[in-house]
This record gives sequence, C-alpha cells and structure tokens, in this order.
Amino acid sequence: MRKAITTGALALAIGLAGPAAAQETLTLDGSTTVGPIAKAFAEYYMQQHPDVNITVSESGSGNGAKSLINGTCDVADMSRFMKDTEFKAAVDKGILPVAHVVAMDGIAVIVHRSNPVADLSMEKLRDIYLGGITNWRELGGPNKTIVVISRDTNSGTYETFEGLVMKGEKMAGHVEYVNSNGMARARVQNTDGAIAYVGLGFADRTVKALTVDGIAPNRATVASGRYPIARPLFMFTNGYPKLGGTVHAFVTLHLSRKGQEIVEAIGFVPVTDY
Amino acid sequence: MPTDYASPRDLKQDLLLTKAASRNRRLATLAGQGILFALTSTSAVAVLFIFYFIMKDAVPFFALSGLGEFLTSTAWYPSGDPPQFGALAMFVGTALVTSGAIIVAVPLGVVAAVCLSDVLPFSARQAVKPVIEILAAIPSVAYGFFALVVFAPALQAQGGRLLSTATWLVGAPVAALGVMVISDMLTRGATGRRRVSIRLAAGVVLGMSALWLLQAVAARLGQVEIASGTNALNASLILGIMALPTIVSVSEDALQAAGRELREASYALGATRAETLVKVIIPAAAGGILAAVILGVMRAVGETMVVWMAAGNAAQIPHPFYNLLEPVRTLTATIAGDMGEADHVTGSARYHVLFAMAFCLLAFSFVCNLVTEWIVRRTRRKLTG
Repeated sequence: MRKAITTGALALAIGLAGPAAAQETLTLDGSTTVGPIAKAFAEYYMQQHPDVNITVSESGSGNGAKSLINGTCDVADMSRFMKDTEFKAAVDKGILPVAHVVAMDGIAVIVHRSNPVADLSMEKLRDIYLGGITNWRELGGPNKTIVVISRDTNSGTYETFEGLVMKGEKMAGHVEYVNSNGMARARVQNTDGAIAYVGLGFADRTVKALTVDGIAPNRATVASGRYPIARPLFMFTNGYPKLGGTVHAFVTLHLSRKGQEIVEAIGFVPVTDY
Repeated sequence: MPTDYASPRDLKQDLLLTKAASRNRRLATLAGQGILFALTSTSAVAVLFIFYFIMKDAVPFFALSGLGEFLTSTAWYPSGDPPQFGALAMFVGTALVTSGAIIVAVPLGVVAAVCLSDVLPFSARQAVKPVIEILAAIPSVAYGFFALVVFAPALQAQGGRLLSTATWLVGAPVAALGVMVISDMLTRGATGRRRVSIRLAAGVVLGMSALWLLQAVAARLGQVEIASGTNALNASLILGIMALPTIVSVSEDALQAAGRELREASYALGATRAETLVKVIIPAAAGGILAAVILGVMRAVGETMVVWMAAGNAAQIPHPFYNLLEPVRTLTATIAGDMGEADHVTGSARYHVLFAMAFCLLAFSFVCNLVTEWIVRRTRRKLTG
C-alpha cells in the first residue's frame, strides 16, 4: 500500500515537473539603450507564449558583446556595431555574430530649459566638446560657463557620438562623465549651463532638445536620415537563428505591426515604417 | 572509615593513559589545531591571492606601455586610436578628494571622539555612539544619490552663500580659539592688573583683525559661482562624512585605552579636566588617533560609488591644482566606469591599465596599513614600558 502511494506520488511529481523542465529560457544582455526595447518585446512575447521565460540584462553594449562571445546570452543588445576586435574574438571562439537592426535611434543634444540657445551646428557642437567654446555667451546665450557632460566611454551612446560628432578627435579634459542616459538628463535638468547628449527617448519635456544644423531630432528626421546624429540599434545572435525557433521569432518581432508599435511607444523609430 | 578514597595505586592507574590513548589524544589536538589554523589562514591567503591576481594583470600593462605615460600624462583616452593611458589626473583627483575628506573628517572626528570619551556623561555616550556608527551602515549609493540629486543642485544654486556660511561656521570657532591662545601667550611675562589690560587689548586687536579677515574671505567666497555641482568639493564632503564613523570609533577606543590611572593621576596633581585632556590623555592616545586617521583616509581613498556619482569624472587636473570646485576623476571611479568595455576576451592594454591602477591603490593601502600597525605597536610599547 505504502509503496503504491510512493509510486503514485513519484509519477505525479514527474508529471508536474515535465512541463516546467520543458520551459524555454532566452537570455538577453547588453546596451542600456536597446534594453527598453528588449524588455518591452520580452513582456509582449511572454504574454503570447507563457512557456517561454525571457531575462533581459542591461550592462552596456561592450558587456553584451562579451556575453555573446562567452556564450552566456542568446541575444546581445547593442547600440553600435561590433568592433573588429570583438568580431575576431567571437569567431575565434566559434561564435558567428549576425546583426538584426531592430530600430533607429537619434541622439538628442539637450540643454537646460532656461537656455535661450536653440540650434547648434555640428562644428559648434564638436567645438564645445573639444573645449574650444567654453561659455554660452559665445553662442548667443547668457554669460554662463558651459558644463559639458558626456556618457562614459563604456557606453554605445558615447561611441556613436564620438564617431558621428567628434570624428575621431578627443574630448577636452573638463568634460564630465555620467554612466546612464537618465543620469545625463538628471544633471541637465538641474544645471543651468549644462549640455549633454542622450537617446531620443530620453529627451522629454523636462529638458530642451536643440536642433542640429537646423534639423530637430524627431521620428521623421531620424527615420529619413536627415537628422545628423542618428544610428541603428542592433540585436546580435550567434548565426542566423533557426527558422521558427524562439530566438527567430524574437529577433523578427520588430518587423510585425505590434513590434513597430512597441518601438514607437518607447521613443525610438521603427525601421520598417519609412 | 575512608574506604571511598582511592588507594595511591588506583590513582596512578586512572591518570596514566595507555600508549594508544595518549597518541590518539595528541593526534586529536594536532588535528584540531590544524583545522583552526587552516580556517584562520584562509583570510590571509585570500589577501595573498588578491595581490597575486592583481599583479598578474597589472604587470602586462607596464610591459606594454611602460611607466612613463601612465604616471606623467593627463591624456586619458582609453578608447582612442591609438589609445592614451595617462593616469596623472586620476592620481591628482584621488589625492585632492581624499585631502578634502581629511580636512572635513579629522577635526570633526577627533573632537567628537574626545567629547564622547571624556566630556559627555556616560548615558549620553551610550545614545550618541550608535547613532554615529549608523553612518557607516548607510549604503554608499545612497550617499551618492544624495550628492547627485540634492547637494549638487544646491551647490549650483546657492554655492556662494553656502561657502561663505561654511567659512563663518568653521572660521569663527577657530579664530576665537586662536585669539585666546595668542593673547594668553603674549601676556605670559606680565603680572597682575597689567596682565589683564594687555590681555584685553591684545584680544580686542586680534579679534577685530580676525573678524575683518573672516569677513573678507567670506565676502570673496560669497561671489563664487559654481558652474557644476558635481565636483571635488561635493565628493570630499560626502566622503568626509562617510569616514567619520571609522575615525570616531577608533579614536574613541584609543582614548579609552589611555586608562583611568592616567586621568586620576592627572587630577590628583591638581590639573583641570581641560588640562588633563590636552596635556595628558590626547598625547597618550596620539598613536591610536593617528591610526584612526589613517584608517579613515583608506576608507576615503577606496570609496567608489560616491566619487563616481559626485565628483564629475572629468579627467583633468583642476586649475589651480587645489581648486576643489572643479570636477575631477579618481582611480576607483575610473576602474568601475571603464571595466565593462575593457574585457580580457578582447584583451588589451585597456584592460590591464585598470589593474595597474588597482595595484597602485592596493600598494597605497598596504603601506598605510603597515604604518598604522607600526604606530599602534610603538604606542603600546611606550604606554606599557
């Protein structure tokens, strides 16, 4: 009798454990800029497929690439393309990175709301970060020292800005560094003379986004490529994912109508809606 | 009849162990000692391992780039092409922020320790000491958040006023003390009525000039406009507050350790409490207080989160170099901030340079620790011998 109960309990336990063990997990790691897209996609996808468990970490594009190379994540979120050194390290380890462009991102240049300056040319912007222009007076603003704020060199946003605006020239020594888009915005919110750059989604009403070369950063100008400081956002997988698999479904979500809505809802520009 | 007592022969039998039992006992003792020794040495071995692994990753940097640029250049462009690894600005930034923290924490901490150990009644001490020690339990990210969200905007909006108020708050007591001491020294030779009048005159003259000086300094600082609130001053103040509990606790222990006998002997010779404190207790505890200060310095040097959030992280040497109102970057913040991108998989000087910095920090705290140990030992010998 006792033996029968034990066997029954065992069978029941196996029966219960069965579907739990079959649950699929998907791990994403990488850029803090792509992170919100990945999280929104994950939330939507898990709603549609309750048997899939998706975790999203945000540790920077560099760390995302590192995780993919080390095989600790399935999808690396990156706000820049992989560097040749990373690509080489990946191939050496038998990982073949494939890029999926999931959205476009404009980098908005933001200043304090009280700042009367409304437009900067790319040259002037570069000159500010090079340390050539140090006072808002030189740009037609008030007599205030410019507090120049940059993202840390660890971020994809920094590398994009460095590539598109600095064009390889080095930022001045007095440039301050912060380690997230939110922190950059917070510093601009409460510093009169501050200038910083953040992802388009972070340029809200609490700060003032400048026009660059006369073009305002918004969805239309970024998607059409007219706004000069814009970039594609990537998800990297190891090889092209197996068709019909979870990874494939996830990295093509941005092509669906719902995916475009999600991208748009969190302040980025869908790639399919030109 | 005392038949219950064992005969000498029985006693001998009970006390003497057989050879096997005696060996077992000795082995058990050895095993016990061995296990305890292994457990104790784990922490020591951990330190050695940390040293080894940091050295292992730091040495390739010096082999790749040498010491020259690292120690003499301020050009910090780890992601540039070619990359530049000038860490001088970080060394200066660390020194500047730490000095600022010392200026804040040492006078406050030592005075608080003296007050706790010899001035306040016992019940007050019981209440105050835990409160000070709570400062050590607040997570550093909370301090950093405060520095970034509350203190930095306040410095930007009210910088001048805050600085001149601070001048008065700090300067007035110091000036009063200075005037008292100097006028006392001036009148040392004189006696009677003459002494009182000289003292009064000197006090008035010195007091007026001190007031004028303070007023001038405060007015000058009142004009200062702080462009960026995340600067060396902000980080120094917060770090000073964070180093306080260490300094207070250890100095207070040192003052307590000076002992009741010294105090009673001093009182018996007719000394007042102030004389006992200044001339007997503090000199006796000087070694311990110095050790407390060094521990506080190490706390400030090693802190990462607060300086990363509050110091601005600009890789520059301020102009002039002691200007606390400009943003600076410290070694710890650089290590934390640049770690993500600098991976050993894609391995490069950019990865190893961080270990070179960590090695410098480790060497510094190692030397500090040795000095503390030496001071404490010397003081103990002086007190007991």
